[in-house]
Amino acid sequence: MNALLSVSGVSKRFRGLVAVDRVSFEVPEGGIFAVIGPNGAGKTTLFNMIAGVFPPDTGTITFAGERIDGLPPDRICRRGIGRTFQIVRPFPALSVEDNVIVGALLHRKRVDAARVHAHEVLRRLDLYDKRGQRASSLTLPDRKRLEVARALASDPKLLLLDEVMAGLRPTEMDRIVAILRELNRETGLTILLIEHVMRAVMALASRILVLHHGAAIAEGLPEQVMRDRAVIESYLGVEAV
Amino acid sequence: MPAELYLNVAVGGVLTGLVYGLMALGLSVIFGVVRVVNFAHGEMMTIAMYIAVTLFTAFHLDPLVMLVPIAAVMFAFGYVLQTRLINPFITRPEYSQFLLLVAVAIIIVNLLLIAFGPDAQNVQTSYGYDSFQIGPLIIDATKLYAGLAAIVVAAALFGFFQYTRPGTAIRACADNYTGALVVGLDVKHLYALTFGLGAACVGAAGCMLLLIFDVTPAVGPAYTLLAFVIVITGGLGSMPGALIGGVLIGLTEAMAGLLFTPSAKSMFAFGILVLVLLFRPQGIMGKKTS
Amino acid sequence: MIARLIEGVPRRALALLGALLAALVAAPLVASDYLLTVLILILYFAYIGQAWNIMMGFAGQLSLGHALYVGLGAYTAASLNVHFGIGPWLGLLVAVPVAALAGAFIGFLAFRFRVAGVYFAILTIAVAEFARVGFDHLSWTSGSSGLFLPVAQFTHNDLWHLRGHPVMFYYILLAAAVLAFIFCRALLQSRVGYFWRAIREDEEAARSTGIDVFHYKMIAVVISAAMTSFAGVIYAFYYNNLFPEQVFHISRSIEIILGPIVGGIGTLFGPILGAVVLTGLAETLTAALAAAGIDLPGAKQVFYGICLLLVITTLPDGVWPWVCKRIGLAERNK
Repeated sequence: MNALLSVSGVSKRFRGLVAVDRVSFEVPEGGIFAVIGPNGAGKTTLFNMIAGVFPPDTGTITFAGERIDGLPPDRICRRGIGRTFQIVRPFPALSVEDNVIVGALLHRKRVDAARVHAHEVLRRLDLYDKRGQRASSLTLPDRKRLEVARALASDPKLLLLDEVMAGLRPTEMDRIVAILRELNRETGLTILLIEHVMRAVMALASRILVLHHGAAIAEGLPEQVMRDRAVIESYLGVEAV
Repeated sequence: MPAELYLNVAVGGVLTGLVYGLMALGLSVIFGVVRVVNFAHGEMMTIAMYIAVTLFTAFHLDPLVMLVPIAAVMFAFGYVLQTRLINPFITRPEYSQFLLLVAVAIIIVNLLLIAFGPDAQNVQTSYGYDSFQIGPLIIDATKLYAGLAAIVVAAALFGFFQYTRPGTAIRACADNYTGALVVGLDVKHLYALTFGLGAACVGAAGCMLLLIFDVTPAVGPAYTLLAFVIVITGGLGSMPGALIGGVLIGLTEAMAGLLFTPSAKSMFAFGILVLVLLFRPQGIMGKKTS
Repeated sequence: MIARLIEGVPRRALALLGALLAALVAAPLVASDYLLTVLILILYFAYIGQAWNIMMGFAGQLSLGHALYVGLGAYTAASLNVHFGIGPWLGLLVAVPVAALAGAFIGFLAFRFRVAGVYFAILTIAVAEFARVGFDHLSWTSGSSGLFLPVAQFTHNDLWHLRGHPVMFYYILLAAAVLAFIFCRALLQSRVGYFWRAIREDEEAARSTGIDVFHYKMIAVVISAAMTSFAGVIYAFYYNNLFPEQVFHISRSIEIILGPIVGGIGTLFGPILGAVVLTGLAETLTAALAAAGIDLPGAKQVFYGICLLLVITTLPDGVWPWVCKRIGLAERNK
């Protein structure tokens, strides 16, 4: 299978702190790839580099065969990468529908075409009935799904999800997991997610990368990674092994 | 033109700049602590200037002598303004606060216009035409006294923030608002104190400026703008920056007035502002924020 | 296309709009000369308010130097007329690009170098002030002594040269205000409008959904500047004299923003309502003072300041949203 996203030797320092240390991995097209690790492991920094918030100090990031490291977030989105934020940022005063229309308008010139597509996406994310409500009036789980909807509306080939399960109850989480799996299965959407909640990771990921202190300490199939000694050590301490 | 002329104009510019710096210092302090952009700054100074003018015409009281009482009055004005009007706006969006103070500024300028009329008024002190000679240097007495007074007041302000308890508390507030609340500082009061101090600064600066320039209601907005240019040039929130910026602007203005036409001198201040905003938005002394 | 424009608007509102328009068209037939000048002022501010609103209400950029575009439009058309006898409508063809260029310049400076919020507002003030002092020294436009247009007669209305009775200006401004209103409505519903609103809500999030924020902010600034310059051209030919001190003064810029802020930033009716309320009340105040024999220069400005203060403190979203809630209109961007 082709690698849709290829991260190679990427590092980032902030003053004295090495946040990400020569991390490399590949995300296969159509796969669901999870990045996990304890707090402070560098997951969000890695994410932000892929999403274009800031450039890596070293290394390259390649998407669909072309270099994207150093590009600004809007160019990256236009290349086909959609993202959500750890702390959700829907457009508060706009309606649910309008939020998603903004995403849909990226590749569509006409607002009515965008609205049609937005409705499709909203239906998939179970938000169609709330489409007229203001985004700021939604509950947290709904806002998370709205962010996913908005990102999806821009027809990405790769979806970056930043701790989308945080703060959700198990039922809500299962709902999103089901939607993501369905999307991946039906449309071949490639998904890269940062996640803390292992339940979701195990349900979704076909491959897992584990970061610790900015470096990759394990990568592979979920079962392998979960039994890896270094991984258990990093999460639970040396005594737990 | 002879070199001495340049030198004299430059020195005059630096001294005037010190007073500008004091004015801007008030703005910087207010922004650094309360995080409010005081668009009524110059207008507040105009109030002080008119008080000084009135006291002079009525009782022949020298503005420098009246400096402390006038600063005290302005302090009270600033304190009340902060507690009554501005405080609820701390949490509002930036442009909301800005527009609030725009409204205050408009009201002040036009009330002054109604009260005093549009004609220029000034203060002719007994030493108004005196000057000191040091070698080739000829320094106007008014500018020298004003400049020196500015240094004294600025030093007093630095001292206050550095060595007194309320001063330290205010600096704590500026650094870390939540932290300050947590340790039990009365932030509302400290904010009001700060605004009052900023107003007092500007009141003092007004008294000094009156020795050098005339006052009309229209100078309010012009000084507000000048204060912004200085503060942005020197670095928003930096006290030394305000003084350095003031001197820089005072110098530029004076030299521009000499080399080009005096009426065009404000264009240079704006030119500097644009350059600073473009290439070093944090100002000379400011810290770079990402 | 008309269907799209009125989609979602309740019939009641459309009927009211129609009635209002009819009343405005018929007004000059019954209005006194004084009332006519007041109405002209209201329409002028309603139009300019719409133009300013595009930058602030739609794209979220606070411009406190909009008098710059009025002045550039006015001076360009006026000086072309005085020096070369070029009529105002042809002069408009030059005035609009000049203002648009100035807007693009400011936009480029600001957005490329990330000058935002309050800093942006200060930048706009500084550029307008720069123009004020600059034009004071510009001999081609007669500097501070003022540029004067040859005042012909009021006997017949010459639309091409904009010479004539105030009624002619009234209808021109009415047409402009109506067209601006329709234009803004269309803009809001368009792709550009959606992107502007996203940028206004959350610039970073907008960027992450693929919006080229710089590009769309520039569009807002340029359109706003271009529209405003038209008002400047009308200003020049209506008053027939221009002084940099007045035209570029910060008071003009503040007058421009008062309408939309009091009426409601980002709404379509805000600027219109604001213009009506403010100008109407201000003129009433001036007339009342004059009748009482009191001449207080500055009273009108104090009134404006107090209005701004009241609105900012009590009705921060403006009067129109409040009215909407009261009379039960939907909360859409009307």
